[in-house]
Amino acid sequence: MIPLQPPRRLIDVEIDGETVRVPEGSTILDACAVAGKDIPTLCYGDTLTPKNACRVCVVEVEGARTLAPACSRKAEKGMKVGTDTERARQSRKVVLELLASSVDLSTTPRAAEWTKEYDADPARFGDDAATVEQPAKVDNELYVRDYSKCIMCYKCVDACGDQWQNTFAIGVAGRGFDTTISTEFDAPLTDSACVYCGNCVEVCPTGALSFKSEFDMRAEGTWDESKQTETTTICSYCGVGCNLTLHVQDNKIVKVTSPHDNPVTKGNLCVKGRFGYGYV
Amino acid sequence: MSYDRLTHPLVRENGVLRQASWEEALERAAEGFRRNVAEHGPDCFAMLSCARSTNEMNYVGQKFTRVVIGTNNVDSCNRTCHAPSVAGLSAVFGSGGGTSSYQEVEDTDVIVMWGSAARNAHPIFFQHVLKGIRKGARMFAVDPRRTGTAQWADLWLGLNVGTDIPLAHAVAREIIHAGLHNEAFIERATSGFEEFKESVEPWTLSVAEQVTGVPAAAIRELAHSYARADRAQLCWTLGITEHHNATDNVRALINLSLLTGHVGRYGSGLSPLRGQNNVQGGGDMGAIPNRLPGFQDILDPGIRARFESAWGRPIQPRYGHNLTEMLEAMAEGEVTTCYLIGENPVQSEADSLACIKRLSMLDHLVVQDIFLTKTAQMADVVLPASAAWCEADGTFTNSERRVQRVRKALEPPGEARDDIWIMCEIARRLGHDWHYDGAEEVWNELRALSPQHTGMTYQRLADLQGIQWPCPSEDSLEPPYLHGRLWENDPSKRGTPAPFAVLRHSPPVDLLDDEYPLRLTTGRRLDSYNTGVQSSGFASPLRRGETVELCPEDAERLGLTEGEEVRITSRRGSVTAPVYIDPALRPGLVFMTFHFPDEVDTNSLTIEATDPISGTAEFKAAAVRVEKLVKAG
Repeated sequence: MIPLQPPRRLIDVEIDGETVRVPEGSTILDACAVAGKDIPTLCYGDTLTPKNACRVCVVEVEGARTLAPACSRKAEKGMKVGTDTERARQSRKVVLELLASSVDLSTTPRAAEWTKEYDADPARFGDDAATVEQPAKVDNELYVRDYSKCIMCYKCVDACGDQWQNTFAIGVAGRGFDTTISTEFDAPLTDSACVYCGNCVEVCPTGALSFKSEFDMRAEGTWDESKQTETTTICSYCGVGCNLTLHVQDNKIVKVTSPHDNPVTKGNLCVKGRFGYGYV
Repeated sequence: MSYDRLTHPLVRENGVLRQASWEEALERAAEGFRRNVAEHGPDCFAMLSCARSTNEMNYVGQKFTRVVIGTNNVDSCNRTCHAPSVAGLSAVFGSGGGTSSYQEVEDTDVIVMWGSAARNAHPIFFQHVLKGIRKGARMFAVDPRRTGTAQWADLWLGLNVGTDIPLAHAVAREIIHAGLHNEAFIERATSGFEEFKESVEPWTLSVAEQVTGVPAAAIRELAHSYARADRAQLCWTLGITEHHNATDNVRALINLSLLTGHVGRYGSGLSPLRGQNNVQGGGDMGAIPNRLPGFQDILDPGIRARFESAWGRPIQPRYGHNLTEMLEAMAEGEVTTCYLIGENPVQSEADSLACIKRLSMLDHLVVQDIFLTKTAQMADVVLPASAAWCEADGTFTNSERRVQRVRKALEPPGEARDDIWIMCEIARRLGHDWHYDGAEEVWNELRALSPQHTGMTYQRLADLQGIQWPCPSEDSLEPPYLHGRLWENDPSKRGTPAPFAVLRHSPPVDLLDDEYPLRLTTGRRLDSYNTGVQSSGFASPLRRGETVELCPEDAERLGLTEGEEVRITSRRGSVTAPVYIDPALRPGLVFMTFHFPDEVDTNSLTIEATDPISGTAEFKAAAVRVEKLVKAG
């Protein structure tokens, strides 16, 4: 119905010895999903251009000198991919150890599971390993920036910048281990260009960015995802018709997200849709 | 100020509202309707249906009005914003919806944002615009203010308030004189071109420059870019529609699309952006005085017959009162009882003092809302409703005609009940034993009556993440754009040609003079919404309260500094507000929002001059003066 894209050819790719068929232009990660392989990802975002920052999704491609990031490397006809080879597992293990030794991954979904799965030992660098530990930045009532949990995946910068929001309130500052995500001159958000759309929080993979409601409830010890329901409905403000997923605990909205595959929002919202539910 | 949710029914006793049981409140509500209709006939009743609520609620609301009461006096706040778009589009194409989809804005070559601060008022739509810009589309912003939208434009055309028709005419004339009009399309799919061509002939670039304030070269640039583009989208919002001649403004823009063939194709079309979550759906469901569900004309005897046999009651073969006429009929004593669902006209209507006076003349006023609004405080019976978008099931229809599922995530507070349940209970007390087992049953009744919704089962809506109308069949989907018929080779398939409109420039009614030298225009801010009842409920770091925004030049001339409290006076009212200096405004233009009516009642300044075709008021152009406050004594 949309006459702009030519039909895509299907190609055969071999994943761990199993042949799967995917449309040309798919990534190795897409092919792995078709093959039912569970590849860990952190910096990959389904609504963003791959940044290749975290390297936790690496796989072994036959004939290639280096490991390939599955999230960005395009699948090619006849490609033979090993997702669970010795080399790929070792690489993921070290990535997880380096990240977990320096960053607080306590709110990163599945981090604990992967640490176990790859037998990673973050403590092996010793007690004096450098960390990014720092106090959380709480400078407004809507969302919190806890950079002790930041793995520098750049997703928030891309979501705030030219890939979606085009507000450019945050960027990357500093060099090397001291690189941080920062507003201009590290000013508080209230003195920045931020428009509080929360689209950075939507893509954050570790909980470094979190809604104030969630941050406060975690501090009180009342945050309990097992008691939460998720219901997708439509925003009550303007007529654009954005889809909202309401996370409800004890008959109260505790968080609002947006489905990433929705044709209206593509996972994005504005300040009203994301935070304007206080009146119900 | 933030509002508390209503948790109990209220009834008025000895002049004050007191808590009541549902039984008592429903009985009182029904009794008042019964008494008034018995005394004055069904046309003494008027319903304002809720553009915030679901399609299902709006369907039941208009059915209540037409079947239980027997009148067509049903309307919604649609009237205060986009009725002119519906009137203009349906006069030309026979259908009142925007013709394009959001995705098409990403795939187009030229985007014209006319009177639309979408960057702030429709941020997620604007993300689609930004995608288009990033892919190479040129964007033109036509707006008196240099808005957030204009900051992303290739060219900003800062026209004088209320000169949209001269600008559109000059663009049309330039296209015709440059030979860039689409002769084949005009010949095959339109009518009235010769008269139109003659009517725009006086609007040379230099005349238009004098009237609109837009440099001739910029008008020429817009005309050539729009006409030469393979695909072009023309989007507008309330800058076009909140004027006394709003339907003419809309027709002026539609003329441009007919002239260039930028309608009825993928990527080319007309997009009015709707301001409320379900204002499109409210109209589609027939909660307007001239249409039955499915936007079907009430004057068509065949259509009426179908509804009469389904509903078992004759339908009046004439249009009912629209909101503006309802308010007038209240003043005349013709409308004596009113059922307001989720509307706050006391604070949202232009010339708010007159509105209060009219509502106070009613014999019986029932308000169904989630808050005790200023309007609810005047009611005889207040019925606490659930918030449609998160406490009810149903559907909304968005600005691209996409019907999407609304799902219940929360239990309503206290004794608040679902809108449809409340209406059925009142209907039962008036002799109609209505019962619906949930919203889907209502929806299926609607699907049986409205061909453009027939193919939209709840299951399909969920599976496909919403479906755009028309959707007459459960087995297929229509293209995402409307009016492809205009491009058919076979004349019989092409259907009625789309008529050009011959229009006259009519400047804003509220004239500027020495006493009221400044032009006040109103609008929204990013983090706030309408009368602020909803958006006051969260702590936005961006919120700074009501201000009167002036350009630095005017502020200097009047000797005003930022933050200083000043008096703003129009021919109708006077308010005070602090000054905010905004270099995006031009000399002579001041801006206010209407988000904080409890602090500053901006709409006591605006004029109730209404568009005769659609009944929308001229919120966008009042004449005011701004004065320093003088200390008493």
